[in-house]
Amino acid sequence: MPEIGFCNKFMEMSLFKAREIIKKYQGKEGVLITILQEIQDVYGFLPKDTLEIVAQERSIPPATLFGIVTFYSQFKLSPCGEHIIKVCHGTACHVTGAERITEAIVGMLNIKEGETTSDSKFTLEKVACLGCCSLAPCIMIDDKVYGKLTADKAKRVIKRIAHDAEKG
Amino acid sequence: MSKIEEIRVGLNSCGIAAGGNEVYNALKEETKKRKLSIRLKSVGCIGMCYSEPLVDVIQDGKAVTYGMVKPKLVADIIEAHLGKREKKETVEKFIVKGDDIRTKEDSFFDKQVKIVLRNCGIIDPDDIDEYISRDGYKAIEKVIGELTQEKVIEMIQESGLRGRGGAGFPTGIKWDLARASKDGKKFIVCNGDEGDPGAFMDRSTLEGDPHSVIEGMLIGAFAIGACEGYIYVRAEYPLAVKRLRNAIKKSKKYGFLGKNILGTKFSFDINIIEGAGAFVCGEETALMASIEGKRGMPRTRPPYPAVSGLWGYPTNINNVETWANIPFIILHGPSSFNQYGKDRSKGTKVFSLAGKIVRGGLVEVPMGITLREVIFDVGGGILGDKKFKAAQLGGPSGGCIPESLIDTPVDYESITKTGAIMGSGGMVVMDEETCMVDVARFFLSFTQDESCGKCTFCRVGSKRMLEILTRITEGKGKEGDIETLEKLSQEIKSGSLCGLGQTAPNPVLTTIRYFRDEYEEHIKNKKCPAHKCRSLITYSIDSDKCTGCGRCKIVCPVGAVTGEPKKMHTIDSEKCSRCGFCRDACNFDAIKVE
Ligand SMILES: Cc1cc2nc3c(=O)[nH]c(=O)nc-3n(C[C@H](O)[C@H](O)[C@H](O)COP(=O)(O)O)c2cc1C
Ligand code: FES
Repeated sequence: MPEIGFCNKFMEMSLFKAREIIKKYQGKEGVLITILQEIQDVYGFLPKDTLEIVAQERSIPPATLFGIVTFYSQFKLSPCGEHIIKVCHGTACHVTGAERITEAIVGMLNIKEGETTSDSKFTLEKVACLGCCSLAPCIMIDDKVYGKLTADKAKRVIKRIAHDAEKG
Repeated sequence: MSKIEEIRVGLNSCGIAAGGNEVYNALKEETKKRKLSIRLKSVGCIGMCYSEPLVDVIQDGKAVTYGMVKPKLVADIIEAHLGKREKKETVEKFIVKGDDIRTKEDSFFDKQVKIVLRNCGIIDPDDIDEYISRDGYKAIEKVIGELTQEKVIEMIQESGLRGRGGAGFPTGIKWDLARASKDGKKFIVCNGDEGDPGAFMDRSTLEGDPHSVIEGMLIGAFAIGACEGYIYVRAEYPLAVKRLRNAIKKSKKYGFLGKNILGTKFSFDINIIEGAGAFVCGEETALMASIEGKRGMPRTRPPYPAVSGLWGYPTNINNVETWANIPFIILHGPSSFNQYGKDRSKGTKVFSLAGKIVRGGLVEVPMGITLREVIFDVGGGILGDKKFKAAQLGGPSGGCIPESLIDTPVDYESITKTGAIMGSGGMVVMDEETCMVDVARFFLSFTQDESCGKCTFCRVGSKRMLEILTRITEGKGKEGDIETLEKLSQEIKSGSLCGLGQTAPNPVLTTIRYFRDEYEEHIKNKKCPAHKCRSLITYSIDSDKCTGCGRCKIVCPVGAVTGEPKKMHTIDSEKCSRCGFCRDACNFDAIKVE
């Protein structure tokens, strides 16, 4: 498994939460993906140590587990920014100008798709449809969808979030 | 003046994204301030996503719907309904629909028939009593009280219902196979993965009327003899998951789910699984592998899930929309369903209309209606003054249907004949500014990305096709590229195990079939007729139209625009990245693309 970089937030947190999640599903079938999702919800990504516990407790060879984790695009092996920006590149968004939205955000935050800003505020991702196609082009920041965007509007939304975050 | 009885706000994901929550809060405050006892409720989507946020006011048993409502307008709407004449005039232009009023938006509904979406936008999805008050859970009562497994399956077969997840397999036959499988334990699965980009029917149904899907699954479970069910919802739909969880909880409380349902021996429980972001997991065998906690890779069939599915037990899997049809068919009888439709395609089909269309939203139309009717009568035609070019159906497995075939009826067989597929219901409308080679490249990059990698033809073949298509859009196309694409397509189709690979070439094949000259323009003349492919276009400024306002200069990210204020500006073609920001920003339509 790849080495996971040093991450303050994670170091502060114990592995207790991960153990708790695994325990909750003990003896149940069809829950591995759910366990991984819940662990990621807590830590923001899947720290190597938690995966080792999952492998052990659920009796899955670590290599198999790693294969599962890397198969699904939702799972992350390294920490992300505070806010995750998902730019939709589904069909409707593609034909209504998603590329331009990405370009504007890339220019504004100075990161590429898949990267996180140096202040760990934003991570930029590409997704394949947010299911709000009638409002295309759209982006999702954290759990909120913003639709009918232009490059300018998208930048304003992000500015506002950065600003709100500063104010606390 | 009579009392306002109820106010509804459309709060599906689309309504929320358009600002529905803010409107809801404003209404809450306003009614509180005025001490009005109005029932304020959040409902799903009635389909008019294009004029979200939507607010329905119910007075004297009659509904009036307002569109594009801003929080500021809320007080005026309430006052208008309380009898203030001058406010009536203010709010009138926001009316999009009314029981007693004709509006120009009525044509959006005139040709629609709502079976699947019968409750969406009307009931509060979090309130089981509202579902029950609209005959909810009556179908399962009928099944348990009066019908046998065989009779239920016979009714579904007679209705002519076919799977709405894409392939269109007859649902009754599928159930019968699962019922006939002799084994103690059996499973029911609801496929809510909705992976096709550009599709949101299943999300809307799950968010707007989750109980109809649960009731459908209950009936299916009874018919095949299953005791446990799974609903697999894609990762991007957190609200659908939330509403489903709540619906399952309530349904258990009311005794419709769980042990000894309605006091009988029949027991059935439902689990929710959230997908983890892999398109191929929409394929039934991959989906089941994913529930089992494995990599979501498809396997060969047979054995079909009806014989060996989840953990090797007989499993019946259907799509969200398929399930939502079931209670209606059982309660009202097969003929109430198959009175709609044509030949071997019965009932209705839900489509999500998106792209360059005036009324983007969710529509349910009887099978057999033509694409023209769906796009122009229901959907209101093309945005702006642009010309219709193609409708994309079936997502990455489907194809682009050109204008010459726009009178094709919506039924499984006719659509398949065009080279596209009915698919799950995504319909993305494209206008003259959409480049068909770029669309083909777009879908290929999607399938190439999502290929699970098991079959060589799908894994490597799609990559080679993508390389060729990318080259063509970059102006580096070569003589013979089209033929190579066609050849690779056939090989990928025949050399792939699952539907992903078997259908991945469809978008390329249909665009070659109907827009071959567009490919040739790219390859031979290095021109993109739609002015879309960046390597093949140049931006310039029209001296007659430019006012020297300088907006283009401000937005240009690469400093390619120069010019003094109030004087004509120019674009340095060498520097220009062809992002089009200047064209979006110009208020005078002065930016030309050639
Ligand atoms: C690559 C691929 C993706 C699929 N995605 C979906 C999907 O997102 N939703 C769905 O209901 N069916 C999807 N299907 C179809 C399912 O395999 C299956 O046929 C369907 O869920 C059966 O339900 P139905 O008979 O009610 O249509 C997909 C198939 C393939 C090959
Ligand atoms: S295509 Fe972007 S939300 Fe569906």
